[in-house]
Order: sequence, then C-alpha cells, then structure tokens
Amino acid sequence: MSEPVFDLTFIWAAIIAFGVIMYVLMDGFDLGQGILFPFAPSEESRDVMMNSVAPVWDGNETWLILGGAGLLAAFPLVYTIFLPALYIGVFLMLAGLIFRGVAFEFRFKAKTSKYLWNWAFAGGSIVASFAQGAVVGAYIQGFEVVNDVYVGGAFDWLTPFTVLTGLGMVAGYGLLGSTWLILKSEGETQEFAYRVTKRLLLAVLVVFVAISLYTPFVDEFVSNRWFSGISVIWLLPVLALLCAWRIYSAVQQKRDGTPFVATMGLFIFTYFGLLASKFPYVVPPSITLWDAASAHESQLFLLLGLLFVIPIVLVYTAWTYWVFRGKVKAGHGYH
Amino acid sequence: MELDPLLLSRIQFAFVVSFHAIFPVFTIGLASYIAVLQGLSFKTQNPVWEQLSKFWTQVFAVVFGMGVVSGIVMAFQFGTNWSEFSRLSANFLGPVLSYEVVTAFFLEAAFLGILLFGRGKVPQGIHFLSAVMVATGTFISSFWILSANSWMQTPAGVELRDGLYHVVSWSDAIFNASLWPRFFHMALASFLTGAFVVAGVSAWFILRKRDVEVHRKALSMTLWLLLVIAPAQVVVGDIHGLNTLEHQPIKVAAMEGNWERKTNVPLLLFAIPDQEAEKNHFEIGIPSLASIILAHDPNGEVPGITDVPKDERPPVAIVFWSFRVMVGLGMLMVLFAVIGLALRYKQKYVKSQWFLKGLTYMSFAPFIAVLAGWFVTETGRAPWLIYQQLSHADGVTPSLTGWMALFTLIGYILVYAIVFAAGAYYLMRVIQTGVTQGPEDESEHPEQRAKRPLSAAGASWELEEQQS
Repeated sequence: MSEPVFDLTFIWAAIIAFGVIMYVLMDGFDLGQGILFPFAPSEESRDVMMNSVAPVWDGNETWLILGGAGLLAAFPLVYTIFLPALYIGVFLMLAGLIFRGVAFEFRFKAKTSKYLWNWAFAGGSIVASFAQGAVVGAYIQGFEVVNDVYVGGAFDWLTPFTVLTGLGMVAGYGLLGSTWLILKSEGETQEFAYRVTKRLLLAVLVVFVAISLYTPFVDEFVSNRWFSGISVIWLLPVLALLCAWRIYSAVQQKRDGTPFVATMGLFIFTYFGLLASKFPYVVPPSITLWDAASAHESQLFLLLGLLFVIPIVLVYTAWTYWVFRGKVKAGHGYH
Repeated sequence: MELDPLLLSRIQFAFVVSFHAIFPVFTIGLASYIAVLQGLSFKTQNPVWEQLSKFWTQVFAVVFGMGVVSGIVMAFQFGTNWSEFSRLSANFLGPVLSYEVVTAFFLEAAFLGILLFGRGKVPQGIHFLSAVMVATGTFISSFWILSANSWMQTPAGVELRDGLYHVVSWSDAIFNASLWPRFFHMALASFLTGAFVVAGVSAWFILRKRDVEVHRKALSMTLWLLLVIAPAQVVVGDIHGLNTLEHQPIKVAAMEGNWERKTNVPLLLFAIPDQEAEKNHFEIGIPSLASIILAHDPNGEVPGITDVPKDERPPVAIVFWSFRVMVGLGMLMVLFAVIGLALRYKQKYVKSQWFLKGLTYMSFAPFIAVLAGWFVTETGRAPWLIYQQLSHADGVTPSLTGWMALFTLIGYILVYAIVFAAGAYYLMRVIQTGVTQGPEDESEHPEQRAKRPLSAAGASWELEEQQS
C-alpha cells in the first residue's frame, strides 16, 4: 500500500465504523427486548420491556439505513459484494426488522390480538439478530470474489461458524437487552433481568472464546496479526474480559447501571478486536478499504453534508435519552 | 422451468418500489397541506384550522411511518439485486442516494418530532415553522431521489474510467436534462394526491353528516386548489412529454403506439400493440392529433418504435396502456375540479350526493395515476437501466440465481401483504375516529412521549374498544 493512512478514505472508514458500533449498541439493546420477550415473567413485564425502548428504537434503526447508503457512497465494493453474498440473510434481517417495527406500534393499540404482536416482536427480533451475527461471521470467513464481483453461492454465508456467530449475536443482544432492563426496571422485571443476565453472559463468553480460538487457526492473516504483530492489541481482549467480569460482579452486587455500561464496554472492545484482526481488509481476504473506496470527489461531496448532520443527530439522540431517563413504571407507557 | 433472475429482479423491484412510492407521494402533498393549515390557524386563530391540522397530522404520522418501513427495504435493493449497476455508478449514485437519507434523517431528528408531538407545548409560531420545514424536507428528499432516477434516464456529467462512472461535473450530473420536468410533474402529482385524499375523506364525513362544518372548509379549500393544480399538471405533463421526446424518442413512440416514424400520426384511444408483428390491432384514434401534440403541427414527424433494433425496444403494450391509464385519470381529475367549481353556486358541492360519492372514490385515482406514470417512464426506458449505456441484463447481480430471486420476491409479497394490510386497516381506524374524537394527551409527563411517527396516532386497534 502506497496510500497515506490518514486520508479521506480513512476518515470515511472511521465514520462507517462509528456508525456500525452506534447501531450495534443502540439497536442491540432494543432487539434484546424482543429476544427476552418469550421468557418474560408476565404480560406487565412485557409492557415494561417494550416501554423501556419504545421512545428510541426507530431512531436507533435509522443508523442502519445511513450505514447502507453510506457504504454505497464511500465503499461501494463492500456494498456490492456483501449484499449479493448475503442475499437471503439480508432478506431475513429486513423481514425481521419490519415485523418487529410494526409490532412495536400495533401491540400498544391492540387488546385481543396482542399475543400475535408479541410473537411478531420476538420472532422478528431474534431472526434479525441472528442474521446480523451471521454477517459478522461471514465477514471473518471472507468472500469469494473475482474482478471485484461476488462469485460464490447463495449459502456460502451459512456455515457452522456463522451459525455460531449468529447465536453469539442473539446472546450478545440479549445481554445488552437484559442489562438495559436492569437499568430501566424494578420489581419482578428487574429480578428477571438479573437472572437471565448471568446465563446470557455465560453464553456470550462461550461463543467469544470459541471464536477467538477458532479464527486464528483457519485464518493465517489473523493469526499473524495476533501472534507476530503488534502486541498492544492484546489489551483489547483483556479489557473485554475485564468488562465481562465487571458485569458478573455488578449483577452479584445488584447494581443498576454498571451491568449495562460494562456490557457496552464488552461489545466495544470485542468490536475493536475484530477490526484489529482484519485491518485494512474490508472484504476479506483480498479487498482493502482503499480498494473498496469510491472516487475521492464522491467521498468528499458526501462528507460535507454528513459533517453538518451527524452532530445534530447526536445532540438530538442524547436529548431524547435524557428526556426518557429513569425507571419505567408498570402501567406508565409512552405510547 | 428455467427461472430468470433478471426478470424476477425486475418484478421484485417494481413491486417494492411501487409499494414504497404510494406513501411518500401522499405524505409530500399532505405535509404541505398541514403547513398551510398551521399557517391559517396561526394567522386567524380559528379553532377549525387547528382541528383539521390535528386530524391530518395523525393521518400523516401513520403514512409516514409506513413509508419509512418500506424505505428500509429500498436502501438494500440496489445492492442485493442490482450490484453491477451499483458498482459501476456508485460514484454518482452513492452520494446522491445518501443525501436523500441524510435529508430524511435530519428532518426526523429536528422537526418531525416537534410537528407530531409539540402541539400546545411549543409556541404556535415554532410549531408552524416545523410544519413548513417538514414540508420543505420532503421536497428536498424527493429532489435527490428524482435526480438519481433522472440521471438514469438522461445521464450527464460523468465519464467512464476503468469501467466505472466518475463524476466530472456534479451540477451537470445532478441537474441533468430530465430532472426539472420530472420534479415538477412529481411535485404536482403529490399535491394532487394529497388534495384528492383530503377531498375524498372530507366528502366521506360530509356524507355521514359528521363535523360537516369543519370538513366543508377542508373540501372547499382543496377544490379551489384542485382547480389550479389539475389543469397545471396537464401543462407540466405535456412539457415532460416533450422533454422525453427530445431525449428518449423511443419511449414516446411506445407511449403513442407508433411503430413507423412518420407524419400525421393519430392519437390512439385504443389499440392492442403486437411486439412481434410490429403493429397494432383494433386501432381507434383521432387523426393527426399525436403529431399536433408532440410537434405542434399536423404534419409533424413522430419517432417510430422500429427506429431501433428489436432487442432495444421497450415492451410497447405496457408503456402504451400505462400511459393511457395515467392520462385518463388525469382528465378525470380535471373534470372533477371543474365540476367542483360549477357546484360552488349555492354551495351545491356539499349537498350533491353523487359528487361527494365520486370524490370519495377519486381518493384512489392519483395513486393509480402515479404508479401508471412510473410504469411508463421505467418500462419505457427498457432494456436500459442507464439509458443507452447499461442494460438491465448488465446491471443485475451476477451471482443471483432464479430461485434466490423467486424466494425473496414471494417473501416480500408475503411480508408486505401482512404488514401493510395491518397498516391500511389501522389508517382507516384513524380516519374513522375523526376530528372531534381525536385523542387528548393525558400523559402526566407530556414531554415524555415517544417520538415515533406512528405513536402520534391515538386510534385503537379494535373496533369494539372504540365503541365501548
């Protein structure tokens, strides 16, 4: 690579990476409510769970649309290789997101048909989460590409490994959801959240360890990065595990806010670890972010608009979360 | 049977985009109407305007919500099914489509929340300003989408380097030759849609003698509006057609069902175009009128479909008939606008049963006309995705197989059938709830309300609950 590291493409990579983790953290905890939905102790608990995310979930999902459009503009090869390769998975994810989105609105307004919307909400959330986890697995696995065009099959993305990452994501979003619920609820709902958090944490750690052990063996590039490259990146899994331990101890101490903060930390450090494993490849095994980038003038043209809008969106997002701070009481909806 | 991924992808795109389009085309018009109502309310302090604005804002919220949901699917269609097209044109298409998202994003973040939930909580002037900003935002959003589409019809401002499009002039590419006629044609179509829905719903209430005075005011103002914009659309449509004649003559030939380039071309009222035989069956037409419309001269020459080889021709029957559906409905709209003026005398328009009933049915007309219009312009471009530069066949995703495309096509149809049946049903409930029974905000902490579009509507899901 002869390109300088800190160029427009790198700025764009940082923006997209930021958008992805924003999406994962924010939509993660509200998808998590759907994952936990079938196990909730009571219908009142379900009301609380839904109410705890109702004011913010659709704002969370707009990051996904911006990510999709932003990729086409800044890294078209990522967009035009990922989407064909993940064709069936993308459809399942969208169908899941649509069902849960609509369930959000109509469950509040329904009485006799409520149980149907419960299923739509849970099913849609689980399918969408699994599909997103499988995308992460497919990214680690790599894509069969010839002349910048995806040439693999319809189910290359669906392997035992991606099923594992898919299940890991369901557990991970479930964990984000349960720790968010600890923060936002009280009484039987919070008890339930404390209970499931431990189990979900165990599931997440099993998948985390399995992926960490497995990936360097199948991927020489990753193993070189970790075992003969820069040793400072070892800090990332260590920090992630520290966060995991903190989640456990905070649940033992029945703390309100710490489990959620520590879960976000777990996600962030794992995410950085993943990026560090593959950098600078955005479509492994062969396409770097500079290969995938659009033309300089195209990246610049859109950047001007985004620099104006992103701060406003962030301020608005922060304000919304501030307005809806505090515990959700049973029977007090935002709907 | 061999499944063709290309054909199935085209059907899928037509399906999802048609389904998506009906929501924004309505909300764009309705947003402007709400802004006008807010302005009137602000200026006159007459509570009727406030009631109307409150009612239509709830309808707006539901339709906007459905537009957002169906829009998520659109953001991924270009990559899943048309990856080669996306890869080749990403340098232009990517930023332009992203700007559409950014505009919508900004709109939602800043002003939509205030419009939907700020009534009575922010000063009236700010609320009015938010309505204006939302209305403006919907136009800016549609500007970017139409710019992308127009560029595919009349590409400009780009050059091919290493097989990829590179933008050499943003202004030439964005403001390409067919942008403004298309934009104004669409803007008027949105106004027509908004106006006919408001007129139809108002008529429905008047027929049932519910809040007659409120809805009479709404009907009266939309009838005045229709009197201006329905004929204006005929003029703008004609300009758009002439623009197409200049840049995409074969599309116009297909619209007219004209196979041979010739003069004194009749305007066909009926015909069954035969793609194989290169002629029409059962023609009924008005002599020389097509020449007069297109060239403003009975001896004017009109391009013929046979000007281009067989494999470069659009499916003539679809273009021909979609065009007639659109124009026919447009004429019907003009007719209703004129009748509305005639019935002004002694306020007959609120008493005439057949006129009010007709208006109720006319609520659907603009939606059908808009879809028919898009069928004309999109199938009329075939076989090209980027006119005369990239064909559908070269733009489709290479790794896509027939059964993959069939699976998602059936999937989208099922998902949309369930979700939008529920949405349409709920919309009907919102409308039936009416103006006076609109929900009051009983929340103890009114500022703590969901900022989602749909939650602005307060109607209940089940009919029984409403009546008990």
